[in-house]
Amino acid sequence: MIPQAFDYTAPKSLDEALGLLAKGAKPLAGGMSLIPMMKLRLAAPDHLVDLRRLKDLNYIREQGAAVHIGATATHYDVENSAVVRGKCPLLAETAAHIGDVQVRNMGTIGGSIAHNDPSADYPAALQALEAKVVLKGAKSERTVSVADFFVDTFTTALEPGEIIREVIVPVEDSGTGTSYQKVAQPASGFAIVGIAVRVRKSGGKIGMARIGVTGLANRSYRAAAAEKALEGKAGSATEIQNAASLVAERVDVNSDLHASADYRRHLAVVYAARALMAALARSA
Amino acid sequence: MNITTHINGKSYSHDVEPRLLLIHYLREVVGLTGPHIGCETSLCGACTVELNGKAVKSCTMFAVQADGANVVTIEGLASNGKLHAMQEAFWNEHGAQCGFCTPGMIMASKQIIDRNPNPTEEEIRHGLEGNICRCTGYQHIVNAVKAAAKAAGV
Ligand SMILES: Cc1cc2nc3c(=O)[nH]c(=O)nc-3n(C[C@H](O)[C@H](O)[C@H](O)COP(=O)(O)OP(=O)(O)OC[C@H]3O[C@@H](n4cnc5c(N)ncnc54)[C@H](O)[C@@H]3O)c2cc1C
Ligand code: FES
Ligand code: FES
Repeated sequence: MIPQAFDYTAPKSLDEALGLLAKGAKPLAGGMSLIPMMKLRLAAPDHLVDLRRLKDLNYIREQGAAVHIGATATHYDVENSAVVRGKCPLLAETAAHIGDVQVRNMGTIGGSIAHNDPSADYPAALQALEAKVVLKGAKSERTVSVADFFVDTFTTALEPGEIIREVIVPVEDSGTGTSYQKVAQPASGFAIVGIAVRVRKSGGKIGMARIGVTGLANRSYRAAAAEKALEGKAGSATEIQNAASLVAERVDVNSDLHASADYRRHLAVVYAARALMAALARSA
Repeated sequence: MNITTHINGKSYSHDVEPRLLLIHYLREVVGLTGPHIGCETSLCGACTVELNGKAVKSCTMFAVQADGANVVTIEGLASNGKLHAMQEAFWNEHGAQCGFCTPGMIMASKQIIDRNPNPTEEEIRHGLEGNICRCTGYQHIVNAVKAAAKAAGV
């Protein structure tokens, strides 16, 4: 499996990289999605610009009430970062579920969300976190919500010549409980269904519930009806079950050789209940 | 494109096509046939090598991405005729049968212990998720990692 020939540049600066991308080159990050596609000749870029060596894109830092994660932070970096584990544990837990060690050592958060595989893990957590994505072009910079960033299968709000610069997630309030629960496709590890949950209680009642879903539909989404059903509830087993039964409501569910639409829908309800229970048990 | 890599402690410079995969560079250009090609689709881990201290699948990486990097293959583990503790443990615990997966399996196992000298069985299995073995049923491999951790502890 030999890819089609291409030119390769490892630029020294972000500006140099953006200049090349403006001329039509394609970014290469960890290569964990792009190289398999090139080997199968599903992708045949003429020119690859390697972002992995740019220090300007590789960081994780806490800034005010948010954690900023540079695009080339690897899944391993996110899984093990003291800042992410302490301030945004849902994202660290999700990163640990991606693929295998070798994939996590190379694959990056920017590459994963730019690729926007409908079965990728990060989108579930980023939807539940109401994360923001900073997009940079040679002459522009803009910030979009993940709800607007993830457009459709393998399609995002990225314009030609733009790259993801960073992902911004909130510092979790103490007392918030979070959990990511996933049914993995046994060969690749991708999510057949993945549910990310954040819940916070006040005065014994659920004040905030966020549920991000991946694997089920053409794009990741927030299960708004299920979130709403939990607000003001104590979180009894019946209340959790009722809310979980709404996660796939009015969703056009995918079907493939790994799971039929009906089976996926069933798994989503079961795993939403599990994620809600785990998150509530971790909330104060 | 001209690249310089440091492989098992030796420097190499070659002019390579950007599309040359690291596994093909190692096996066909440098002549290190320890890392194997099992699946060529990023799933089996037989091609695992260490790149700047991190286990990677060399079938899913271009040689040009390794320009300037330190690479360790299975050939680089033994020193002065003495096996690495993980190789010794695989031998003692019968962690290899046909041996096809073994070069990648040992590199992934080494990563587990390098990062966590005292892993639980669950952590060992999590660390080996990227490596497939058709022979052993994994139990002896897990035993080998445990034995290597124990040997390093004493
Ligand atoms: C065996 C295997 C198992 C896997 N299992 C899982 C899994 O369980 N869950 C999961 O979520 N993923 C899984 N993946 C995918 C993995 O997470 C990839 O790391 C990820 O999808 C792509 O990230 P990358 O850094 O490798 O990007 P690349 O492959 O380098 O790039 C992917 C795409 O994004 C573009 N791109 C990269 N960086 C940027 C940027 N900063 N700005 C704009 N565009 C950019 C590239 O041009 C390309 O189109 C698996 C992959 C493999 C090989
Ligand atoms: S040959 Fe590289 S993962 Fe199988
Ligand atoms: S020993 Fe034969 S594949 Fe593992």
